[in-house]
Amino acid sequence: MMRWVSLAAAAALVSSLAVSAPVQAQETSLPRQNWSFAGPFGTFDRAAAQRGFQVYKEVCSTCHSMKLAYFRDLEGIGLSEEQIKAVAASVTLPDIGDDGAPIERPGLPADHFRSPFANEKAARAANNGAAPPDLSLIIKARDGGADYLYALLTGFSTAPATMKMGDGMNYNKYFAGNQIGMVAPLSEGRVEYADGTPASVNQMAKDVTTFLAYISEPETEMRKALGVKVVLFFLLMTGVTYAVKRKVWADVDH
Amino acid sequence: MAGLHKSDFENPVINWIDTRLPIFTMLQKEYGVFPTPKNFNYFWNFGALAMVTLMIMIATGIFLAMNYTAHTSMAFDSVQRIMRDVNYGWLIRYVHANGASMFFLVTYIHIFRGMYYGSYKAPRELLWILGVVILLIMMATAFFGYVLPWGQMSYWGATVITNLFSAIPIVGEPIVTWLWGGFSVANPTLNRFFSLHYLLPFVLIGIVFLHVAALHVTGSNNPLGIDVKGPQDTLPFHPYYTVKDSVGLCLFLAIFAFFVFFAPNFFGAADNEIPANPLVTPAEIVPEWYLLPFYAILRSVPSKLGGVLMMFGSIGLLFVVPWLDTSPVRSCKFRPVYRWFLGLLVIACVVLGAVGAHRPEGIWVLLGRLGTIYYFLHFLVILPVVGKLERPLPLPESISKPVLPRGGGPLPAGAAAKPMEKA
Repeated sequence: MMRWVSLAAAAALVSSLAVSAPVQAQETSLPRQNWSFAGPFGTFDRAAAQRGFQVYKEVCSTCHSMKLAYFRDLEGIGLSEEQIKAVAASVTLPDIGDDGAPIERPGLPADHFRSPFANEKAARAANNGAAPPDLSLIIKARDGGADYLYALLTGFSTAPATMKMGDGMNYNKYFAGNQIGMVAPLSEGRVEYADGTPASVNQMAKDVTTFLAYISEPETEMRKALGVKVVLFFLLMTGVTYAVKRKVWADVDH
Repeated sequence: MAGLHKSDFENPVINWIDTRLPIFTMLQKEYGVFPTPKNFNYFWNFGALAMVTLMIMIATGIFLAMNYTAHTSMAFDSVQRIMRDVNYGWLIRYVHANGASMFFLVTYIHIFRGMYYGSYKAPRELLWILGVVILLIMMATAFFGYVLPWGQMSYWGATVITNLFSAIPIVGEPIVTWLWGGFSVANPTLNRFFSLHYLLPFVLIGIVFLHVAALHVTGSNNPLGIDVKGPQDTLPFHPYYTVKDSVGLCLFLAIFAFFVFFAPNFFGAADNEIPANPLVTPAEIVPEWYLLPFYAILRSVPSKLGGVLMMFGSIGLLFVVPWLDTSPVRSCKFRPVYRWFLGLLVIACVVLGAVGAHRPEGIWVLLGRLGTIYYFLHFLVILPVVGKLERPLPLPESISKPVLPRGGGPLPAGAAAKPMEKA
């Protein structure tokens, strides 16, 4: 009987793996990275995420929006309330004044990040026809997640001679079709880290990926911490109920 | 006091209510002392697990609906608001999203148990048919629910599935327009899908009630597939099976929680984290895993109408399974030949599931066709024919009598089947 149960469980697991794995087949297999936030006990490396925020602010945000994120979300990567207020106040946001006229006002922690373009058409027009995707969910929205984003950011090179590139397109080993509208965004020393970390392309890619992984799933640390308790609770209860079951059934001839 | 129920409950409040509305007597009869075969294995947990999952889905769904906006311009963002701003919204949504997968997982195992132990055979045909109706409503509900987050896969999945109806000759196109409420999947479609997604689970409760009511008329089948001969074969449902179901429930919830907290997007598609865009078709349009085998059947038939008919037929066939099976023996324990074919059916379904997840090219086309052929062959030919030809193993006299000693040699099929003829 237990054999059956375990067989069924194994079959279910194997089938679900067989079913879900192949869908994510990539054109080029992604190199796997060690992420601080991976695994059941993983947490975001605060220093890396803060450096990543700097990369986002100084590089990505010139073209990419991050509409779903709030300035207050930066608390999760270790910024203090004062720092968040300062970050928010450093940008101006469009609003309507008390007299009904459009104004620009300094941002507040409860505001969303400001998008670089007024709308999708403006974004498209300014970027050779390809609108830069919103980054709020980018880690969840791509097969391969963090590994994919890191590979993409470090996967730029000159196109092989055999490949005919479209006008204004760039070669990227990991992008579907290998032609991407985005110019390689990171170059050695593109930002100057406040903590003195050398800003290599790989370092910046890793940092900004950590930051965007946090922005994509800000609940991650809370989720995992709660999950450990919940799963352990149910496993414990499985043991307890099984013991009760043995006791209740002890006098039954079956 | 004519017409009042005579209650045996001593608590005066319970007695007062029970006298006027005997729900406590009913619960005591149906879930307290209800005589249940004493030889259930853990496969008999799965009906209860499905029931609990339905309750979890409805509870989480109600709270999600409080924060969801069924409009194409706001649906995606409202779901993200649940994930980011609503207190424990991520938990409610992940329980609901993974709950759908868990619901199908336990239901498929529940169906397999019914097939392995012949639970669909007389006198439980209607019970089985109600079960197939439940499966159909579950599929419709899951489909509607998957559309609501209004991501790319939501939009394109809705487009593909609703377009199936365009295969119907002559009236197909008007039907699709009518389903959409317009000339493409758009805001009216999302609105009605939300309405139906909220309605159908309550229809489901009604049918599940009938499913359980029918079960309590015929009584449960059991791993031996023979009838209960008397009180020595049964145990009161409580505490024996309440506690046994609790063991399975706790383990099930541990597995459920593992996915919710540590792999919440395991069953999801990355494309659905991109807002719906009618101008961009995703590279692959794939349904959720629990619908993949049917999707594979659809794509294995080189004709649109044929594929649609075969796909619906694959579920429709389940309605007549009680009459396709000609064997007098219920449990596969005593069906040495058929049980291997049932194993093949499970393999065919898993293969079809994998086929559904891949582009229909190369080996997957062949595998899809083989799987589809076996699926229909199994129900239409193997099930009736094997039942007639197979020599079942000797059946035990009763549930409480030990199984005949090994090496007793098979009795003639007629003799072995005798204990069942009363049914």
